[in-house]
Amino acid sequence: MTDLQADLQTGAALRAATGAEPGPAGSLWGDAWREMRGRAVFWLSTLTLAIAVAMAAFPGLFARFGPNERCDLRLFNRGPGDGAIFGYDQQGCDYWSQVVHGARASILIGIAVTVFALLISVVLGLLAGYYGGWLDAVIGRLTDVFFGIPFVLGATVILVAFPDHGIWAMTLVLVVLGWTTMTRLMRGQVIAVRQMDYVTAARMLGAGDLRIMLKHILPNAIAPVVVLATLNVGNVIAGEATLDFLGVGLQYPEVSWGLQLNAARAFYTTHPHLLIFPAVFLTATVLSFLLLGDVVRDALDPKLR
Amino acid sequence: MRYAAQRLIQAVPVFAATTFLIYAMVFALPGDPILALAGDKPVPEEVLDALRERYHLNDPLLVQYGIYMLGLFQGDLGETFTGQQVSELLAGRWGVTAQLALTAWIFELVVGVALGVIAALRRGGAVDTAVLAGTTFVIAVPVFVVGYGAQILLGVNLGLFPTAGVEHGWPVSYLLPGMVLGSFSLAYVARLTRTSLAENLRADYVRTAVAKGMRRRRVIGRHALRNSLIPVVTFLGVDFGNLMAGAVVTEGIFNLPGIGQQVFQSIQLQEGPVVVGIVTVLVMIFLAANLVVDLLYGVLDPRIRRA
Repeated sequence: MTDLQADLQTGAALRAATGAEPGPAGSLWGDAWREMRGRAVFWLSTLTLAIAVAMAAFPGLFARFGPNERCDLRLFNRGPGDGAIFGYDQQGCDYWSQVVHGARASILIGIAVTVFALLISVVLGLLAGYYGGWLDAVIGRLTDVFFGIPFVLGATVILVAFPDHGIWAMTLVLVVLGWTTMTRLMRGQVIAVRQMDYVTAARMLGAGDLRIMLKHILPNAIAPVVVLATLNVGNVIAGEATLDFLGVGLQYPEVSWGLQLNAARAFYTTHPHLLIFPAVFLTATVLSFLLLGDVVRDALDPKLR
Repeated sequence: MRYAAQRLIQAVPVFAATTFLIYAMVFALPGDPILALAGDKPVPEEVLDALRERYHLNDPLLVQYGIYMLGLFQGDLGETFTGQQVSELLAGRWGVTAQLALTAWIFELVVGVALGVIAALRRGGAVDTAVLAGTTFVIAVPVFVVGYGAQILLGVNLGLFPTAGVEHGWPVSYLLPGMVLGSFSLAYVARLTRTSLAENLRADYVRTAVAKGMRRRRVIGRHALRNSLIPVVTFLGVDFGNLMAGAVVTEGIFNLPGIGQQVFQSIQLQEGPVVVGIVTVLVMIFLAANLVVDLLYGVLDPRIRRA
């Protein structure tokens, strides 16, 4: 939520930029694609993310063993070497396998939370922005309430109150705390687009509310929200890892980077490999999503260049 | 004045709904806390009833919430089910957290604004590129990874800073944790300053000032920078509340005996009610800080008031 100001500014700038362009609706995304594919950062972050997603979807391709499998306590905390390129963790499990399996929680939660939050914000933003009036007021106050809850503290309360939670419960909590910024941006976009001539024209021609919202307003309002969503995936992954690290997120026997970093707390001065490997993977993933979001924003908003 | 009143009235339902949400969640905590107190021993029904009466557990949720809020406004933060006052638990810890947040805040203000100004004045140059790349990196690395990295490299290996605890007092013991806590926001401040100043440097009034022969230093300092800092000031204001809340992680890593460390320890010991009690207080501080900033924002920028 700290980035609200910047995001709102971006939204305004994007609105100005996209609104001013007279071309057909498809050309914005077409231009953006041409702009993006010429940039090294785009390909670099896409490649990193492709690897991370592959690890999340098919860990068997990378890992030697399954999660928490074939652990040998005698190898407790042993450093890299002898076929175990990342060494062993405090249970004596092959650390490379464990780190690979950790990708699934992060990627799944990051993407699922963003998709659900995006859906909520598109629906609420369209309704609030299009109809206005009491509906807007109710949605606005609701957004204020959830916006007012600080992330780490709010999530801590919910997760402590419901201690038995897996990946999907974590997703729910992160969605509950994470839909507000996108909803506000979407509402603002819809209000700006609603006044356009082509919307009036469509209404004159007898188009219904639903058709106007989905066919005319949505495609022209969603670009900045998509940018924010891309950036959001990285933030969600970092947030989820923080909760795991604090001990309120996923619990053993789940495997995640945040949990590995939590477990590394007691040993990191003598066995730094426990800290370094999950930290590098986590950082690379979050960084790639943020860079990708930056590239998409630059491509959609020529004014910022 | 009207703006202030409006803002206050708007804040009341948000405040009530947020605290109620949290309170309702405690209500949903699994298990009977009174029975859990007794452990395996059988407890006479009268004792249980007396205890339930004392903690208002027989009243409906709304009444309990009302009693809690009433107490809160009289400075009573409630007590845990083991009979310990939450305010007692926190006594002496406020200072540590406030000092930590202040250190982080000064760090992000001074270094963040300086980096942002340098980057904006030399747009596209080496410093600008370095600031952009560095801030993206800092935003991407989770705070606890930054914390451990800094602790190992700067504290243990190089011995530049004390690694944990507060025995060296302010500011020495707070420097490293403060920098870690402030690093995330520092990146935002730097980027915000850069974007805002770069935009203002292209504004007509700056061109006018240059055209009438004003010295560059004065144009930037007096005109461009002053206007550019409005969004930065807002961010810094809201961020003070964020820093108090974010201290949970940093205090846990650096073992600073503040509010956050109490939360961190209580989570590890699975003391649900204590966690929720403290967090409720922190959330309310956070909301109050945001409200104050909103009011100040109206003072800073008259356009907001009239809108």
